[in-house]
Amino acid sequence: MLHIVNKSATDRGSLESCLRMATKGSAVLLIEDAVYAATTGNAAAAKIQAAAADLKIYALGPDLAARGMAGRVLDGVNVVDYGGFVDLVAEHSNCQSWL
Amino acid sequence: MSDMDEMEDGSGIVKKFMFLNRKAPHGTVYALEGLEVVLITAAFDQDVSMVFTDDGVYQLMKGIDSKGIEVKDFSKTYRALEGYDIEKLYVDQASMDARGLTEDDLIVDVTVLAVDEMANLMAEQDVVISF
Amino acid sequence: MQFGILVNEGPYSHQASDSAFLFARAALEKGYKVPRVFFYHDGVYNASRLATPPQDDRNVGARWSKLAADHGVDLVVCVAAAQRRGITDGVLGDNFRISGLGQLVEMGIQYDRLVTFGD
Repeated sequence: MLHIVNKSATDRGSLESCLRMATKGSAVLLIEDAVYAATTGNAAAAKIQAAAADLKIYALGPDLAARGMAGRVLDGVNVVDYGGFVDLVAEHSNCQSWL
Repeated sequence: MSDMDEMEDGSGIVKKFMFLNRKAPHGTVYALEGLEVVLITAAFDQDVSMVFTDDGVYQLMKGIDSKGIEVKDFSKTYRALEGYDIEKLYVDQASMDARGLTEDDLIVDVTVLAVDEMANLMAEQDVVISF
Repeated sequence: MQFGILVNEGPYSHQASDSAFLFARAALEKGYKVPRVFFYHDGVYNASRLATPPQDDRNVGARWSKLAADHGVDLVVCVAAAQRRGITDGVLGDNFRISGLGQLVEMGIQYDRLVTFGD
């Protein structure tokens, strides 16, 4: 399953809700304001790094770049473009947007 | 509602649809308009599960009285879901606990699931729509 | 593989419609099919042809119209949500049409994936 999160973890609880429900081996894609969680020094970074042990974590590159965060991505987070986003949806049998 | 009884996409395909309700009622429109999608989906004879997590559990509160805010009270619709053959209603135990709620506080009978049960249920769906 | 896309927010206030558009365009570029995009909640505002954003900004609604023209994408606006918000046939941009929620359910039944973009 692919989980898509679009809210900043320092503003809303949707990343936390997502990580709670994501089963081992599933993928989490951070888009829009959610990408801040995948950057060094963010309060949610430890949560992302812990989750990366059991989940595949992705962040949308154009959203990172648009926020000045392209150079601060955490180790273990895979950066994808919109084509990569499409591939992730295609590769997983279902997806859930944690709006 | 009579036109809804006859809806068919002609394919005969039955998929597992999960409607994941995560928002409280009234503050935003998502709970109300989400419920409208659920009713239509049931009219297509699909396998529908309704799940309430996070602030979504507040949608099911007994004793809702929205007269003072001059907004339609749609909470009674949850009690009519059975009539649409929507019988799979699930709430998340941790979300209830975090809000000091028990099943007795809710307007309909629900199945309370632990987080791992909820996660597995979500993973096995064909379509997940979240409001 | 066929993708259905659900857009739940209007243009400009949220990034949802932009993200959905860029996803749809990327999917089409990769050779996937995007037969329909469904606009619900405030997403119905994407369909208004009355929007006139500044010249140096993107025109979110017109961009959807062009994508539909170029790739045959069916742009469906929920009738109940549209009526609540004053979106009528008279204000629809090119290639948008108003129809029922059944069109959303059909995307879930008939297509391989349904991706939601919202707030």
